[in-house]
Amino acid sequence: MRLLLNKIFLALSVTSALIGIGFLGWILAVLFIKGLSSLHLSLFLNDLVDGGLRNLLVGQLVLASLAGAIGIPLGMLAGIYIREYGRGKYPELIRDLSDIMMSAPSIVIGAFVYAIAVAPYGGANGFAGILALTIMMVPIIINTTDSMLSLVPKELREAGIALGASKYRVILDIVIKAAKVGIMTGILLAFARIAGETAPLLFTSETSNYFSLDLTQSFPSLTVSIYNLANEPEESSRDLAWAASFILTMMVLVINLLGRFITRNKHK
Amino acid sequence: MEKIFQKLSLSSASLVLVILIGIFITLFSAAKPAIEEFGLHFLVDPTWNKEVPVESAAGTINTAVNIADENAIEDEDDMILDEDEESQTKTLYGGLVPIVGTILSTLIALSFALPIAMGIAVFLAEIASKNISKFVGMAIELLAAIPSIIFGMWGLYYFAPIISDTFGGYQVSLLTAGLVLGIMILPFMAAITRDSMNTTPDVLKESAYALGATKFEVVKDIIFPYSKVGIIGSIILALGRALGETMAVAFLIGAVYSLPEKITDPTISIPVAMAVNFGEASGLGESALFYLGLILFVMSFIIISVAKFYFLKKAKL
Repeated sequence: MRLLLNKIFLALSVTSALIGIGFLGWILAVLFIKGLSSLHLSLFLNDLVDGGLRNLLVGQLVLASLAGAIGIPLGMLAGIYIREYGRGKYPELIRDLSDIMMSAPSIVIGAFVYAIAVAPYGGANGFAGILALTIMMVPIIINTTDSMLSLVPKELREAGIALGASKYRVILDIVIKAAKVGIMTGILLAFARIAGETAPLLFTSETSNYFSLDLTQSFPSLTVSIYNLANEPEESSRDLAWAASFILTMMVLVINLLGRFITRNKHK
Repeated sequence: MEKIFQKLSLSSASLVLVILIGIFITLFSAAKPAIEEFGLHFLVDPTWNKEVPVESAAGTINTAVNIADENAIEDEDDMILDEDEESQTKTLYGGLVPIVGTILSTLIALSFALPIAMGIAVFLAEIASKNISKFVGMAIELLAAIPSIIFGMWGLYYFAPIISDTFGGYQVSLLTAGLVLGIMILPFMAAITRDSMNTTPDVLKESAYALGATKFEVVKDIIFPYSKVGIIGSIILALGRALGETMAVAFLIGAVYSLPEKITDPTISIPVAMAVNFGEASGLGESALFYLGLILFVMSFIIISVAKFYFLKKAKL
């Protein structure tokens, strides 16, 4: 009886794992089949208005990169404060709040940015989209920086200080260098995560059918356009959405695997 | 230089606090017209965007629209009125449908994901060999990395037809939305549950095995009691995630403002209401959406805080 129960339990557990992998396989299979069949070179040469994706790919990359350019230094600095400078309860509070912000509903962040950067301005704009993505990204970077710095042995810092280096020199030249790989991985994963975000962009940057680098206007976004295209009745729009989804997912997964690969090499 | 760097890092950290307070204040002030208009009655009112005639309150003269509106604010219960008394109409907004939709879809997601996530966690932590565990763990984490909009599209075109064939009802429904939501939180839940389980000291497990316990007994009597608090924390955290998920649900829940009678009926959730209606909303409608956003934010803030500070902190001790 005990052994039978054990067998059932093990079988259930293995089944769960298979279900999990099954869903991943199913989604990837759909993406490959639908995505690859709709994928043409011309998608990269035309803008959405001509049935291509060029403006959307560039737009999404611009939004995510600029959000990263602001969010990464901010998040790292905040993480450094929490781990290296903070005394007392304040850094603890910031760490907790940042954790909460990491799980905050992205649509609410979109609404917040709408209220402060879209409504007063009078229309959707690229800057608002970047702001929303930055707010999404900062807590993730803080979390990684914080936990990666915690892995750096105290002795390294003490050695630096013993050599007469000032604290910020020790942090920048020794501590950050030691934690470099981990932080890099965290940054890659955070980038992959915000690159695939839709909800915060829906009413901040919105999207545009035309090629644009003008951040004061509504800005082309791949994810928002996927949402719009997927809901359109025409088959051709949906095919385009599948192609876009395929490209987006491959991008995100490759960055993810890259991040993992870097960390694994380090551990060897 | 040292001072500048220190100040810079302090202000970056404080930015988190500023943004969070900013979100609260902004949402609150944007929601204020709706809060004043509907009060807490908003939480139990199932109407949305419904035009109703306005009573000239207490029979006073009612020349300007503004006066009527102000009178209505004072007495919300009088807002649904006899039609013959109407002088002009006003639009009613209530949050009950999206609130119920959010809670129900999250509960469906949770009851679907929970057993599977536990199974995966046990598999990763106890059953699989190191290499298999690594491979499966990576697959599960990749599942977590897929953007939510992809889950939505896949769910709408591939998963929903199967569900509606099996269970009947509409393709877009509470059930399909909840199930896809469950698939989305599955990896997250499995990963943190596994981490909690891995904190069980090997000595405890080995002693149990030495006494002749089976794997099932070790998991049930040793690992689970030991990591219970952490596991509950991870479940609540996943719940917080599921509450705020927008895109996957937007494709699947149907986005209609009606209370579901059956699990296979379409309805709407708070994030979806915001995603779908925000674009064309203005005035009181927009304010009502902000009100919903505020409710969602407070709900997830509380849930995540409870998970983090009560359960997960305790688990670390």
